[in-house]
This record gives sequence, C-alpha cells and structure tokens, in this order.
Amino acid sequence: MNAHTPPPPAPPVGLLVELTHRCPLGCPYCSNPLALERPGAELDGETWKRVFSEAAALGALHVHLSGGEPTARRDIVDLTRHASQGGLYTNLITSGIGVGEKLTNELADAGLDHAQLSFQGADKETNDRLGHYKGSWEKKRAFAAHVIKAGLPLTINAVIHRANLHQVPAFIDLAVELGARRLEVAHTQYYGWALQNRAALMPPRKEVEESIALVEAARVRLKGELVIDMVIPDYYARYPKPCAGGWGRVAIDVSPSGKALPCHAAESIPGLEFWNVRDHSLADIWRLNPAFTAFRGTDWMREPCRSCERREIDWGGCRCQAMALTGDARNADPACHKSPDHERIVATAMAESESGDSALRFRSYKTEKAEA
Amino acid sequence: MTEMDETAEIHSQSRPRLPRGVRLRRDEARGRWTLLAPERIFEIDATAAAVLELCDGERDLKTIVAELAQRYTAPPDAIEKDVAAMLADLKAKRVLET
Repeated sequence: MNAHTPPPPAPPVGLLVELTHRCPLGCPYCSNPLALERPGAELDGETWKRVFSEAAALGALHVHLSGGEPTARRDIVDLTRHASQGGLYTNLITSGIGVGEKLTNELADAGLDHAQLSFQGADKETNDRLGHYKGSWEKKRAFAAHVIKAGLPLTINAVIHRANLHQVPAFIDLAVELGARRLEVAHTQYYGWALQNRAALMPPRKEVEESIALVEAARVRLKGELVIDMVIPDYYARYPKPCAGGWGRVAIDVSPSGKALPCHAAESIPGLEFWNVRDHSLADIWRLNPAFTAFRGTDWMREPCRSCERREIDWGGCRCQAMALTGDARNADPACHKSPDHERIVATAMAESESGDSALRFRSYKTEKAEA
Repeated sequence: MTEMDETAEIHSQSRPRLPRGVRLRRDEARGRWTLLAPERIFEIDATAAAVLELCDGERDLKTIVAELAQRYTAPPDAIEKDVAAMLADLKAKRVLET
C-alpha cells in the first residue's frame, strides 16, 4: 500500500447541519462555538439543498437539521422537503420555541421523520432559568403536543449537569407524560460554552453514579414504552468517547456559513483548514479536505493511543478535548485513564464539582462581542 | 418464552406496517437494505425488504404471504412461519407495528 494514496474513506452515515446560530435560548453549555456566526453569513436555501443532494449521493442516510434553532430559518419547510425527497431520514433538533401547530404540520407534510425537543429542566422554574428564556416551558410542552398530534415520533433531549442532575427521574416522567418514544439523558460535554461554565456545571461523581443507576433501573421498568439513551460525563469515565464516532469516519457537520467540519467543535483546533461547501463538493471535502484527513484512522496517533488495543474503538477519544485540556490535539483525550493528564483533570473536575460556584455565563452573540 | 409470545402476536389477520419515523430504504452506497429509525440504522436482507414493501397496514399477513407465495412459487405455509418470525423480531425492536 502506497502511504500517499490512501484508499477512499467509507461514506459518511450522517450529515449534521447547523442551519443557523440564531436561537431564542441562551443555554450555558451550548454546543455552538464561542464565536457564533452572524445571520448575514448564512448559506442560502439553494446551497443547502445542493448539500443535501450531495450528502445523499455520497451515502449519508440521516440528516440532522440543527442550529441554533433551525426553525428560525424561514425556509425550514422547503429545506426539510428537499432533504426528505432526496431520500435522507430527516431529524429536526429544536428548542420548540416558535414552532406552532401550523408549522409542525407543515414540517410533517414535508416529510419530517422525527423531532428531537430539548428541555433544560424538568420543571418550569429550572427549565426557564437554564434556557435563559421565560415562558419556554409552556412553549416546549405545546410543541411536544403538536408533534404527537401530527403522528411524528418524539425524542426528549435533556442535557444534564450539576444544576439539574437531581431531576433525572423527573425528566424520565416528563418524557413519558409527553408521549416521547425516546429520551436522551446527555451529560454535558465540556467544550466551548460548557468549558467556560465548567465550574458551575460539573456534577459530583457520587451523584453522577447514582443518576446512572436510576436510568438503568428506569430502562428495565419502561422497556417497550420509552428508550433511554445516556451519554455519561467522560471526565468520570475509564475510556474516552470516540469523537463523533471517529474523526472523519461517520459524520460531516456543516456550519451556518458553509464550513464543513469533522465535528461541531473542530474549529477550536488551530492550524486546520476547513473547506466551504460553497467552493467544494461534499464528496471532495470528505475525501480530500486536510481537516478531515488530519485525524482520520490511526496514523496520526502517539502513545498511549498508537499501541492501545482500543485504538479502533475509541479512535483516541475527542481531539477537541485533547486540545482544550492538554494544549495539543494529537495527545490522547485526557478522559482516558491511560492519558498522563487524566488524574489532573479528574482532580480538577472533582474540586470544581464541590466549589459551590453557580455563576453561569449564558450563550449569546452579545457576550462574544463584549469579549472581543 | 418472551420470544414465543411475541411471535404469537403476529397472526394471519395482523396488518403490519412501518410506523411513522421508520423508513425502508435501499442503501446504494453500501449495497444493502436498511430500516432507518431515530438515531438508529437496522441492516436487513433483501428478502426482509421484499416482505416489508408489502407491509402497508392495509394487507393482512395472509394476503402478504399469498403474494409472496405466488412471487416465489413456494408453499404459503412455509412462508408464513418465516415471515411471522421475522416480523415479530422487528416488532420487538419497535420498528414495526401491527
């Protein structure tokens, strides 16, 4: 095998599109980058449609219509219809704010396959405080009812951290009450906004373990009624998560302005060149863009990853977390117990979880501007 | 025991269908058939795909089996047993309703 002409990569399974970074909520763990993209920089609808067609031709099966709040795009119905008719399984990832019954039905008629609705808390006070939006609780509940009425499957997504960890049982009850078929109990992943707020969000280890046991018991109790998927906080795990299923292996993300990213936080790694879908086909980006090839496979690995028996299971963990916590994206993800930085970050997390710090910096364009 | 109960749920008057949110799709890039569900992909074989194409919520199992028996010139009794088992398996995975 000639090292300079690697075989073409297996096709991507999923396309995650951040249609816009506009969002009515201000979650302090938002997965969007700290430097949010401005509405004026967003791709036009025709370009998005071309991207969907290229993704389907390339072999993608799922498209996740995300943001920000994807329904802030006035052409969301048109985009959904195009993706669906192109054969992609369409998943709307939404706050539910501003999505009334009429729009929900239009999306269903356009071929939407599934809706994923976020809740920031399992009661009104917690939800509205953490989402930084008064009245969002009622709006979210109304959206859930529209989805069920339209006959669409509903997933509830709950991002978990110290301020709402005690509500895990209440989130489970909420999902059942709203008629969801699936619940994601997703512990916060600490990049970007969440990393800025880590001291106020990091939960104590003991409580995390209790919540995991609660979820496992609920899975048994609700078998056949509700599927519960759980993302555990990786600071307290033994092995790291395979970043996005492995860098450049499973998914392509596209930012509002058209930057193709191997994962939504990839821009936090300096020195990577991201091609734009305005200038390149998705097929070329997947195969050739240096940002996608940089950490694909195992050739880039150092020790302890290079000789690890799990190197093609974990794929070295998360490159962005390695960058953020060790200063070098080529290092093992320090969430891994084999990383020389592991003990240090676990100690930091545990200290922060006991710190009593509760000052949250909510996500907004304004905060970013004030900092610049 | 559980499996037997689930098989028993599919009978000749059952009208199986894919629920909203589950799609049968040919995956050309990988040369296979798939059932697409929220955050999940089930690989299925071509025979299962041929059965599922008939699962429209209108046809009952008896009709589906008769059509397959004609298409494959096989005895309906043998087909019905296999098809019922396959559908029961998909129902247990919650990607099929009856």
